Amino acid sequence: MLRARAGLLADIRSFFRQAGVLEVETPVCSRFGVTDPSIESFTTRYTGPGAARGETLYLHTSPEFPMKRLLAAGSGPIYQICKVFRGGELGTRHNPEFTLLEWYRPGFDHLGLMDEVASLVNALLPSTLPVERVSYGEVFQRYLGIDPHVASAESLRQCAIGTGISGAETLSLDSADAWLDLLLTQRIEPHLGRERLSFLFDYPASQAALAKVRPGAPSVAERFELYLEGIEIANGFHELTDAQEQQCRFEQENVIREERGLPTVPMDRNLLSGLASGMPECAGVALGIDRLLMRVMDVASIEEVLAFPYLRA
Amino acid sequence: MASYSTSEFKGGLKIMMDGDPCSIIENEFVKPGKGQAFSRVKIRNLKTGRVLEKTFKSGESVEAADVMEVDLQYLYADGEFWHFMDPETFEQVSADEKAVGDTIKWMKAQDLCTITLWNGSPIIVAPPNFVVLTVTDTDPGLKGDTSGSGGKPATLESGAVVRVPLFVQIGEMIKVDTRTGEYVSRVKEG
Repeated sequence: MLRARAGLLADIRSFFRQAGVLEVETPVCSRFGVTDPSIESFTTRYTGPGAARGETLYLHTSPEFPMKRLLAAGSGPIYQICKVFRGGELGTRHNPEFTLLEWYRPGFDHLGLMDEVASLVNALLPSTLPVERVSYGEVFQRYLGIDPHVASAESLRQCAIGTGISGAETLSLDSADAWLDLLLTQRIEPHLGRERLSFLFDYPASQAALAKVRPGAPSVAERFELYLEGIEIANGFHELTDAQEQQCRFEQENVIREERGLPTVPMDRNLLSGLASGMPECAGVALGIDRLLMRVMDVASIEEVLAFPYLRA
Repeated sequence: MASYSTSEFKGGLKIMMDGDPCSIIENEFVKPGKGQAFSRVKIRNLKTGRVLEKTFKSGESVEAADVMEVDLQYLYADGEFWHFMDPETFEQVSADEKAVGDTIKWMKAQDLCTITLWNGSPIIVAPPNFVVLTVTDTDPGLKGDTSGSGGKPATLESGAVVRVPLFVQIGEMIKVDTRTGEYVSRVKEG
C-alpha cells in the first residue's frame, strides 16, 4: 500500500509537470474558515508574537480559497496535494484527515476540466475505462423518473418512500436538497461508475457551492462530480469569480448555520478581495487521493489505504 | 430517558425502534462531499430476530434500549414459565415461552444460559455453546456397524434430536454444539 500510494503521487506530479501545471503550497491554518453548513472545520489556537492574546485558527477543509488568491494574483494553472481536515466524518469512505489533490485551469470551463480529470484518472488506473457524462437531471429521470430541478421536498420524500428507502417515513429533512442527497446516495450512486468513469454534471442551482450558476430553465450550477464504482472521487466547478455573489453565498450559509444551531464561521475576506481584484475565468476540481487509491488497489475501506487511520492515529 | 446520537452508533449498541429493543449490527456513514450526512444502519429486532435497515439523519438521536445480557442458571419449568437464578446473588427471573423459544430443546437444570434482559425482563434465552445431555432413545440394533457413515438420530433428555454415530447407545452422555445442533463427542460419566 505504501508503495502504491508513493507511486500514485509520483505519477500525478509527473502528469502535471508534463501539462505545465505548477505545484503550490498554501497554509493549512487560517483565521477564516469555510461557511458551507455541511462541512465542519477543525479549529486550533495560536498564541505568541503577532497574536499575544491568542486567536482561533481554522484548519483547511480544502485549499480552495488561498489557491484562488494565487490565481487572482496571476499564478496561471496550479495544483496542490495536501492533507485536509473535516470534522464529523468517519466511515468506510471517510477519515477526518485525508489527502486531496486540487487543481485549477484558467480558461477551462467545467466540461473542459472533466476531460482533463478523465485523462488523469485513466492514466492512474490499472486499465483505461470508458467515460460517461450524464447530467444530474438525466440521472434522476433515468433511475427515479423524477425531475430534481423542480420537484418539491414533499414529492422527493414520497419518491424516497416509494423506492423503499427504509426509514424515509420518519426522516425529518429540512430541504429539498437534503432529500436529493438521500436519493442520490441511496438510489443513484450505486449505479454510477460501474466499469467506467461516470461524470455527473449540471447540479441544481441550490447546490452550487462555489460554482457559477448558468441561468436558464432550469438554472443549473456548473458543477461536476466523478464516480468510480459507486464512490464519489472528485468534485469540480466552473468557478464563481464574482466577489459580490460570493459574499452573498457566504452570508447566506452563515444564516443557515445559525438556523441549524451551528457555529458561524468568519468568511474569508482575503478571498473576496482576491476575487474583486480580478480572478481569471477558470475551472477547478478537488480529487480524493485516498478514494482513488482504494480503486487502484481494489479495496473496500479507506482504512486499507492509510498507514494509520483515525482510530490508530 | 437515555438516548444515543448517530455518532455513537456502532455494532452491538442497543436502541429502541418502533417500540422494540434492537441491536445495531452495522453502521455506515454516508455523506456527499457537499451535502447532508446520513447513518445507514442494519439492526436486529431482539424480540423477533428480524434484521432491518434504517436510514437516519446524522446528528439525530434515538432512545437507548435498557438491554443487558446475564448468565443465569436454569432451575426448572412450571408449565408456564422457565425459572432461572443468578448463581451469585440467588436472584431469580422467569422467562415465558416466547423468550425461551427453540432453546427449550437444549435446556437442562443447572446449566448456565445467557439471558437477554429488557427492562429487567427476559426476552431471549440462549443456551451455552456446548451442552452435555443423556441419550434417552436411539436405535440400538446397529451396534456391529462401525463404518460410521451417516449415523442415526438420537433423542436427548431435553427433547432435542441430533444425528449421532452408530456406536452411541441409550443412557450415554454426549456433547452437542448448540449453534449447529451437531454431535461433538461422547462424555464419560463422573
